[in-house]
Amino acid sequence: MSTSVQLVVIGAGPGGYAAAYYAADLGLSVALVDPEANPGGVCLYRGCIPSKALLHVAKLIGEAKHASALGVTFGDPKIDLDKLRAFKNTVVQKLTSGVGQVGKMRKVKYIQGRASFAGTTSLNIELVSGGTEQLTFEHAIIATGSSPASVPGLSIKSPRVMDSTGALDLPDIPKSLLVVGGGYIGLELGSVYAALGTKVTVVEMTPGLLPGADRDLVAVLNRQMEKSLHKILLSARVVDMKDTGPGVQVRIEGEGLSDADKNQTFERVLVSVGRKPNSAIAGLDKTKVKVGQRGFIEVDLGRRTAEPTIFAIGDVTGEPMLAHKASHEARVAVESAMGHKAAFEPQAIPAVVFTDPEIAWCGLTETDAQKQGRKVEVAKFSWGALSRAITVDRPDGLTKLIIDPATERILGVGIAGTGAGELIAEGVLAVEMAALATDLKLAIHPHPTLSESVMEAAEIFFGQSTHVYKPKRKPS
Amino acid sequence: MATEFKIPELGENVVKGDVTRILVKVGDIIRVDQPVVELETDKATVEVPSSVAGKVLEIKVKPQDKVKVGQTVLILDPVVQPAADAPAPQRRSSDPKPQRRVTDPVPQAPPRQAEPAAAEAPGPTSVPKPATAEAAPARTPASVVDITTARAPQQSASSSSSAAAAAVPAAPSVRRYARELGVDIAQVSGTGPGGRVGQDDVKAFVRAQQQGGGSRRTGLATAPTQVLPDFSKWGEIDVRPMSNIRRKTAEHLAIAWQAPHVTQNDKADITALEEFRKSYGPRVEKAGGKLTVTSIIIKVVAAAIAKYPQFASSVDVANESIILKKYCHIGVAVDTPNGLLVPVIRDANRKTVTQIAVELAGLSQKARDRKLTLEEMTGSVFSITNLGGIGGTSFTPIINQPEVAILGISRTAIEPVYKDGQFVPRDMLPLSLSYDHRAIDGADAARFLRFVADGLEQPLTMVL
Repeated sequence: MSTSVQLVVIGAGPGGYAAAYYAADLGLSVALVDPEANPGGVCLYRGCIPSKALLHVAKLIGEAKHASALGVTFGDPKIDLDKLRAFKNTVVQKLTSGVGQVGKMRKVKYIQGRASFAGTTSLNIELVSGGTEQLTFEHAIIATGSSPASVPGLSIKSPRVMDSTGALDLPDIPKSLLVVGGGYIGLELGSVYAALGTKVTVVEMTPGLLPGADRDLVAVLNRQMEKSLHKILLSARVVDMKDTGPGVQVRIEGEGLSDADKNQTFERVLVSVGRKPNSAIAGLDKTKVKVGQRGFIEVDLGRRTAEPTIFAIGDVTGEPMLAHKASHEARVAVESAMGHKAAFEPQAIPAVVFTDPEIAWCGLTETDAQKQGRKVEVAKFSWGALSRAITVDRPDGLTKLIIDPATERILGVGIAGTGAGELIAEGVLAVEMAALATDLKLAIHPHPTLSESVMEAAEIFFGQSTHVYKPKRKPS
Repeated sequence: MATEFKIPELGENVVKGDVTRILVKVGDIIRVDQPVVELETDKATVEVPSSVAGKVLEIKVKPQDKVKVGQTVLILDPVVQPAADAPAPQRRSSDPKPQRRVTDPVPQAPPRQAEPAAAEAPGPTSVPKPATAEAAPARTPASVVDITTARAPQQSASSSSSAAAAAVPAAPSVRRYARELGVDIAQVSGTGPGGRVGQDDVKAFVRAQQQGGGSRRTGLATAPTQVLPDFSKWGEIDVRPMSNIRRKTAEHLAIAWQAPHVTQNDKADITALEEFRKSYGPRVEKAGGKLTVTSIIIKVVAAAIAKYPQFASSVDVANESIILKKYCHIGVAVDTPNGLLVPVIRDANRKTVTQIAVELAGLSQKARDRKLTLEEMTGSVFSITNLGGIGGTSFTPIINQPEVAILGISRTAIEPVYKDGQFVPRDMLPLSLSYDHRAIDGADAARFLRFVADGLEQPLTMVL
């Protein structure tokens, strides 16, 4: 069987299905190829969505515990793991089927299978239901995403050693868990297990959690993590792992570690040391598509590969590997394919770590500014003076603005605190619209909300925050 | 107590210059009004006199530095009085107040780091100082450029690499709009707060590009430029940076050219005038001038302007009005080894030809010596450019915006003219009047030029 479409999208994650649906909305005949029953990709099936469902539960547990300090004491939580897993699965099911449904309504041809290139305008698709299908296309968009990376020379075959996918399956609530890698995936999933009662140890190679994020933001999280996690080992790495049956024996190296730290046995290990692009697509060598050294498919600003008929978006094209970045690229690629002068040139890609407290940032970070030797001014507003934060007894927060001293333009925003992920959207808008500190200062923010911290940070830049006294820095 | 000498206001529209020479050294005792530093500004080399007296403790600039109005040049000990009244050192040592300010940071000095960038991209913010090949320097009535805003657009004036493009202060919708029009948004200077680029800025940029010049606001630095081939592959080349005068000339002409130009050509029979020049030349020479055709034409043009006042106007597009000037200052282009300069004869309508001739001789010499002050190069309402000394039969002078007309003069030639039933040899002077068609109608231009020609042929017609 052979079909012909104007556009085929390979991979139905938030990049792929966004591309397919946008193209369909613009009137193209579109096919979407993915091995899953419904579109969704890693994000919906094995990433953002199930982890957020679990993190919601973790937050509930944390807040219930915290309530005793406010005069309301609940009993210890009883965890019905099957029910919890079912809740998470229902969330995934609801969203993926919903996404599938809006694809059908758009008459996007969803093909459940694996695609390989037969040439520059044709695919062979190995159908999940058996058999193959040939598909010819005018344009293709590769959106095959990424998979969990493993520690080189350290991967052992053991059901006790999990990647993020395995951890999201919630096989049990282990007594102890080692999280290898202190990035956002490790911290998010580590937080879930810690809330469920697991003693969680995190090992991070660099001197701090969340490498790349501004240290003052991470410090806010650190204070909480030190309480909720059993141990955080920094500048340390796992050098050996052995499945001993009842547990995994792990050898850790690092400066200043005690012997007890160095040799430990954990019930389970979560390896979250990053993700690698899924660029090993069969038949790609029949096209001019170039794959770079780190395995990313090379694309230009319009998301074109070296092969004029083929585009690529999302994790497979490079960092940061974020769903919302892929969805945005999807629109760029579709427009490029249709001959528009589209370009992927965001000024702010928000990043959110959904721990408790959350950390979020967008645009230029203070760390980047330092690396670039770029002079910036940083205005910080600590949530200790934020009424809404006090009312929910969560004064552990910080909102900071990275400001160009010459133009007073907002170059970046960083937020640590509960709800930071929601608050950062204002930062994205400010950076993209080239707002000045004055603009944020002069825009009325609702009281009492956490969003006031953005306005007050701008006021601090001018030395005029209502709730913080700071000596004058700038004439307004 | 130390004091500072800072670059004072240098003149209308001038905010910066290049240090060419330092005229004092540490330890010198200087008096008020003594020149201390020589600057090359946009149009003139000026010696900057000190406004304070004292002993030079420190010199904060060096040759080739770019300096701005308000920048500290010298740190002086004012107590050391030059010459006579100078028991100063003692007085100082007995002064109980410690000399703290010597080491104090200089609070008013503009941040140094902002300077190189501002110097690289002068166009975007400063209203460029006119300087045209045919016509002249800045009579721009614009206010003095605000130094503080000079920093904003330098980002957008930077290269168009994707990193630079990503840093352009413009909303995503505006960036898309520019991209779809094929405009590199990094080239567009924004008029919004913080240099933010709006859709109107992109439109203005495109309009300016379509009119063949640079963007109105961006000037030379960001004018759309063609990518040049590597000329050295065809032979030896030499690359020289533009001088201030050349750069300003280029910037100003690109802008001036945007006015809708028409050039009206005519010829004046100056046979009789040449006789007159021969007879009365020595008298003017005695007065210290030279009775040139140019000095006579200045007087005739002043009379023409009195009759046709729209030739001394400016088009104010923003306010949809025509500004008529009731004074009659005439600019005259002078060819100098450093480029073209345009000194201005004030109130030409109230001066005799002899006065004009004397004044013009003096100004021309100062132009060649680069001693013209900015005041001597600003305020003209109409310009004259005479290439007759070199040759040519006609040319198209470019109007010295914001003026609306310019008179070009080519070389006088003896031509046969049919007169009284026969051809007679006559001295014919070619005249080329370029005018801004927005302000001046073609028929009026023809009348104006004929009035000038008649004035040269039959001077009495001017007073008829």
